[in-house]
Amino acid sequence: MPPSFLWFTAIVSLCAASHSFAAERVQFNKDVRPILSDTCFHCHGPDEKERKGGLRLDVRAEALKPAKSGATALVPGNPEKSEIITRILSKDSEEVMPPNKLHKNLTAAQKEILRNWVAQGAEYEGHWAFIKPVRIDPPLRTPNPIDGFLRAKLSEVGLTPSPEASRETLIRRVTLDLTGLPPTPAEVSAFVSDTQPDAYGRVVDRLLASPVYGEHMASPWLDLARYADSNGFQSDTSREMWHWREWLIGAFNRNLPFDQFTIEQLAGDMLPNSTKDQVLATGFNRNHRLNGEGGRIVEEWFAETVIDRVETTGLTWMALTFNCCRCHDHKYDPITQKEFYQLFSYFNSGEETGVLGEFGGSGSSKKGGNTQPVVFLPTEEEAAKLASLERDIKAAESQLATARKELPTLVAAWEKDFTAALGDASAMWTDPAVLEARSLGGATLSAQPDGSYLAGGKNPANDSYEITLRPKSGQFTGLQLEVFPDASLPSKSLGRSGGGNFVLTGVEIDIHAPGAGEPSAALLIRAEADYEQKGYEVAKIADGQTKPVNGKRAPDKKTGKVGWAIDGAEPAKKVPRKALFICAPIQLAEGTTLTVRLVHASNFGDHNLGRFRLRTSALPAEALSLKGAALSESLKTALQCDASKRSPMQRAEIEKFYIANTSNLVRQGETLLTDLRKNLKETTESQHSSMVMKEAAKPKPAFILVRGEYDKPAEEVPRALPAILPILPEGASNDRLGLAKWLVSGEHPLTARVWVNRTWERLFGTGIVKTTENFGSQAEWPSHPELLDWLATEFVRLKWDMKAMQRLLVTSEAYRQSSIISPEHMAKDPENRLLARMPRLRLSAETLRDQALAVSGLLVSKIGGPSVHPYMPEAVWDETSVYGNLRNYQADTGEGLYRRTLYTIWKRTSAPPSMLLFDSPSREICTVKRGRSNTPTQALALLNEVTYVEAARKLAEGMLLEGGASADTRVEWAFQKVLGRKPDAFELEKVASRLKARLEQFGANETAARQMIAIGNSKPVATLPSGELAAYTVTANVLLNLDETLSRP
Amino acid sequence: MNCNDAQFFALNAAARRAVTRRTFLHQSGGGIGLAALGGLLSGGSGPHARAAMLPGFPNYAPKAKRIIYLFQSGAPSQMDLFDPKPEMSAQRGKDLPESIRKGQRLTTMTSGQKSFPIAPSIFKFAQYGQSGAWFSEVMPHMSGIADEWCIVRSMHTEAINHDPAITFMQTGSQLAGRPSIGAWTAYGLGSENSDLPSYVVLTSFGTGRKGDQPLYDRLWSAGFLPAKYQGVKFRNKGEPVLYLNNPAGMDRALRRDSLDELGELNQHQHSHLGDPEIQNRIAQYELAFRMQASVPELTDFSNESGSVLASYGPEVRTPGTYAANCLLARRLAERDVRFIQLFHMGWDHHGGLPPAVRGQCSDTDQPTAALIKDLKQRGLLDDTLIVWGGEFGRTIYSQGAITETSYGRDHHPRCFTMLLAGAGLKKGLTYGATDEFCYNITENPVHVHDLNATIMHLMGVDHTRLTYRYQGRDFRLTDVHGNLVTGILA
Repeated sequence: MPPSFLWFTAIVSLCAASHSFAAERVQFNKDVRPILSDTCFHCHGPDEKERKGGLRLDVRAEALKPAKSGATALVPGNPEKSEIITRILSKDSEEVMPPNKLHKNLTAAQKEILRNWVAQGAEYEGHWAFIKPVRIDPPLRTPNPIDGFLRAKLSEVGLTPSPEASRETLIRRVTLDLTGLPPTPAEVSAFVSDTQPDAYGRVVDRLLASPVYGEHMASPWLDLARYADSNGFQSDTSREMWHWREWLIGAFNRNLPFDQFTIEQLAGDMLPNSTKDQVLATGFNRNHRLNGEGGRIVEEWFAETVIDRVETTGLTWMALTFNCCRCHDHKYDPITQKEFYQLFSYFNSGEETGVLGEFGGSGSSKKGGNTQPVVFLPTEEEAAKLASLERDIKAAESQLATARKELPTLVAAWEKDFTAALGDASAMWTDPAVLEARSLGGATLSAQPDGSYLAGGKNPANDSYEITLRPKSGQFTGLQLEVFPDASLPSKSLGRSGGGNFVLTGVEIDIHAPGAGEPSAALLIRAEADYEQKGYEVAKIADGQTKPVNGKRAPDKKTGKVGWAIDGAEPAKKVPRKALFICAPIQLAEGTTLTVRLVHASNFGDHNLGRFRLRTSALPAEALSLKGAALSESLKTALQCDASKRSPMQRAEIEKFYIANTSNLVRQGETLLTDLRKNLKETTESQHSSMVMKEAAKPKPAFILVRGEYDKPAEEVPRALPAILPILPEGASNDRLGLAKWLVSGEHPLTARVWVNRTWERLFGTGIVKTTENFGSQAEWPSHPELLDWLATEFVRLKWDMKAMQRLLVTSEAYRQSSIISPEHMAKDPENRLLARMPRLRLSAETLRDQALAVSGLLVSKIGGPSVHPYMPEAVWDETSVYGNLRNYQADTGEGLYRRTLYTIWKRTSAPPSMLLFDSPSREICTVKRGRSNTPTQALALLNEVTYVEAARKLAEGMLLEGGASADTRVEWAFQKVLGRKPDAFELEKVASRLKARLEQFGANETAARQMIAIGNSKPVATLPSGELAAYTVTANVLLNLDETLSRP
Repeated sequence: MNCNDAQFFALNAAARRAVTRRTFLHQSGGGIGLAALGGLLSGGSGPHARAAMLPGFPNYAPKAKRIIYLFQSGAPSQMDLFDPKPEMSAQRGKDLPESIRKGQRLTTMTSGQKSFPIAPSIFKFAQYGQSGAWFSEVMPHMSGIADEWCIVRSMHTEAINHDPAITFMQTGSQLAGRPSIGAWTAYGLGSENSDLPSYVVLTSFGTGRKGDQPLYDRLWSAGFLPAKYQGVKFRNKGEPVLYLNNPAGMDRALRRDSLDELGELNQHQHSHLGDPEIQNRIAQYELAFRMQASVPELTDFSNESGSVLASYGPEVRTPGTYAANCLLARRLAERDVRFIQLFHMGWDHHGGLPPAVRGQCSDTDQPTAALIKDLKQRGLLDDTLIVWGGEFGRTIYSQGAITETSYGRDHHPRCFTMLLAGAGLKKGLTYGATDEFCYNITENPVHVHDLNATIMHLMGVDHTRLTYRYQGRDFRLTDVHGNLVTGILA
């Protein structure tokens, strides 16, 4: 049967159930399929494993064959011989179908339909949603074709459209629907007084062009995309995806056609020469949760991540419940488990782990808590810093290259002096003559046989030891200090403190040349030790040689610690230690003496050295080492070898030694470069980022997972599309990009219908297909199938122009009609599926709050940016979790309190409570549809939540300051602000009289008045009397809670 | 509502509310009113009360009018509390035999361990009551009412980590998005109380391991059911119900006055538009007003006798503790709130288990026993179902090293113990059994779906018939699974 005929026969009354079917041709898709699908296919449908009695009813040829029992289910034209009819009519509880235990008993009307269908030949049709829509002209000619379809159906039941709504209603309706904000009184009055025939069209154009349009469009898409600012699951740490949200708002505002909108979000990373923006768009499929729980199994959650993408993509673009097939073939739709995993294979080849990764983790929100792959999105400042770092790195690299070129020359010059100096000295360390060793604090220092000195006697606080040495004449380059444990010392350790530790804070060397007057001081340039207690590193002693002030050295600014210590109190640490102190080389004349002062000026008064020995050296600084032989034998050999005869290895060894041990340009360049690169890495990683899709070079294999379990892979499956749907468009690659193009090729039967239906639902309250979230076999039959198809084809014809389609919908006669309900409406079409009137709709969670902010003047208009922290009751995040970094909620103090609601920070396990109360999902999974419930907890929020009370007070200020001098004019002013209309006489009288009574009450209760007007972060206008302002605030609170205020009219 | 406005407004406020309600309820026949009212409102104990239920529900006479579900979040250790394994002391430190573990998957917290050393419980067990039920020494109060309990030692589940496991217990699915058991109940059975929600959630932190396990809104959410069926969480900090209190400076009389004004204006609007949803709105605001009185009265313990307060232990005086929540649960039960669920955190003991278990038991043992005795004394235990337990069990082998005084245990889905009491259950029964390693079930396994099916049964609901159509499919709490555990039914 051709599809057009299919629709043609479908144009029958929705109230068909009350008609007699005997006289009518039964139509499979509309009448029969819903019954079979709901009550039979579960056991006699696509899923082979569930199939009972060998009977398959969803395929005609199968149903005509005899079943295992021998009986034939369907004998076309002969209900009496058809087992299906016998069984549904059976009175035998063992025989009757569907079985009683399913609780799916057929009604008499349903049985009659099936009987007539068999009698009429038991013809089948393909499921309508899997057949490409065919455009047929509207049955009636109307200015807007939509109305032709609607009017035709209305006339069948004897209804006519309602008259056009009042202008005030109309502009409030369309402004709320297209921007999520109410019209201003000026916009209302401009429209009311505009008598031009195109006045309404111009309003629509203005709204579609306004930047707040994109914000409003983004909200429902965030539900589909399961957008949030947290990773979900146990710890629910933060992540940073707001750049993607900003992309989304921008895409709506610049009216990115829906095909491109689709391709960029699903596969923008795979477009040739993709822009950063197109890659950012792929965050759509990174918005899913990421598990960071301690015991998580990575393979398990990787599989869940990919399955989530199949589910989300399926629901968002096709309104199909693919997820049913993760465990088994679909019970209702002709989609197999294998086909599910074939779709899975388009989404599993990203460069990712599928779990909370290296940037995230509990508590730390480094890099925004995101998980690779990400795209970095620096601020201007960061971008400038990154650019300058990259420039500096280039410069440093080139300087280093130059220095390296000069290396042979530098080495040659250095080598001469070095070998000369080496030649003079036979050993690294020599024992100088010790002329005197004394304690300045009064301890005794007694000489030991090995040349060391042992401290004894009293242990004065912060003692200093002064040792006078006479080294050999010639070069002096450094001092070695050896410290030994001794049985006489506390704990038989190395120092004199109770535990056996010491803290040496200074080594001062005075040089007394014979005949010279004042001694000169040696300049320490480096210090090393073979062991350092943490925080007490020896290098600090050589850091410029500041003298102790008042007997104490200044502690390290960072650590508060000073000097060199060796954990002498620890049993395993009581072993000999060495430190060396290198100074700028000095030539010592014959007879020169050195006075070495070992200073203990830490806060630990008794931490003086116990037993020590000093040695001196004449070797060049670069040859001095703690380990003993500073110069390896091979280096010595290389140095001794004639420069021209050295091997490349020998040359390299000398160069390496030179670079490491002298102050030179190569070393300086290397240090600089290391620092710059570290800085670059840190700056890169601290930038803002957003998670994106990134296709791995090689596709990962995909397998059927038995019962959907990650650890039970079966047959490997290639990428392929479900057989019931079209094939890939020509030229498209068989990958994620090809899949995206397939969805919007115009050949796909679902994509355009699904978008059109969801948009219809948003504007008209109910979709043409009521089951917005499911277009499969279990979908409800469309109220206006031809209209749905006409709109779907129109969307493709208009090149997927979302603004143009919405303009078409809101300029229809149907959209513009009144929402007054008549008894006739209730009698003939209680659910309003035929649209003889406009439905009134409770505003969404976002729009309710945005409206209160807007009409009170609190709203801060600013598009995009990071999420904000408006008021939240105390401890909402903390009452059920002490995990993760999203705790201790701190409300913003400035504009963050008054931004549009879509910017409110979203923690999935504890979503904004005032949002959840108004049916918003938790954003843990893709959600297509929000309810519009009506509960007492909503009333409490709207009456008492800080935002709404503060908005009421701001509105009251406006009434007093701008609303004229009388209560009546002020009430009128407020009605205009909130509802865009004047109050009628009844309303004015009611509101004004209550207001008068409250003025008296608050006039007599200054305390209460002050309390009420103090609510919220904004300050009340000081010039307004508090009693008056409080009374008006209560009135404004009532107006903000009117059913009319809370409803899209 | 076709009520004449002039007549309507001539009535005093109380009568007006009554008229609004009545008219409203009558309209529910049209499929708009009551469906929209949902779990939060019904006609009190009058003839309208049942109207809030789904047609045909309850499916048969319920044994339990209400449930108090004491969820122990984090998973209490069954072999340290209820399921003694004295044979294990001889196996101390020995590796768990592969013949027992049978290649079962482990969490990544212990899957890398080189060995799985058996850690016998450090606690002493004894038999109590006429039934001779076994309890560990750390539960002196719960063991004191041993003959009230129906102890199921053979629970098992499919999930191995907390988030999916607790989601599975609560919704019948490991993945987010399904309605919770309390929301299902509210949807199917409506409310018996006109001033309070039908599903109330109370949470408390444990002292055994502070902060574990975190809870999620999803655990009491309505999933794809309408939002009105979601659990109303009474808060453990701040005002007991979100946004309950009027703004500072507004007393109850002024709120009444402002709601009267609001009602009049809405009524006026209704006379123009004829939209029944406006009547519903008026009713919801009136219910909100009643909640503003009923909730503070509910949470005010000043009329409780000293002996009752003392029976719950000293913490009962600190709001937000498990003890205070137990007493609050009794008060909610008295007011016919249908599904009362406590979540006590702190049971996840991967290390340092003995002191942590002691801490948790000091939080929960006395108040739990006091609650049951209190209900019994008031005649409420006969039609109240009590459930006590967590999301899975713990391993006999130690996570980390065993010392003289300490060990830890990882997650274990293959067996765990839950306690039930009250309506429709066998008393003093120990049901099901596990092997000597407390690792596998040897007798009468009870799956999570079976437990939920049985809970629904006791509430008068055939779990296979409580369905909700979403995405074109009839969903149910137990998916396509779940068998009644007839062995525990009285």
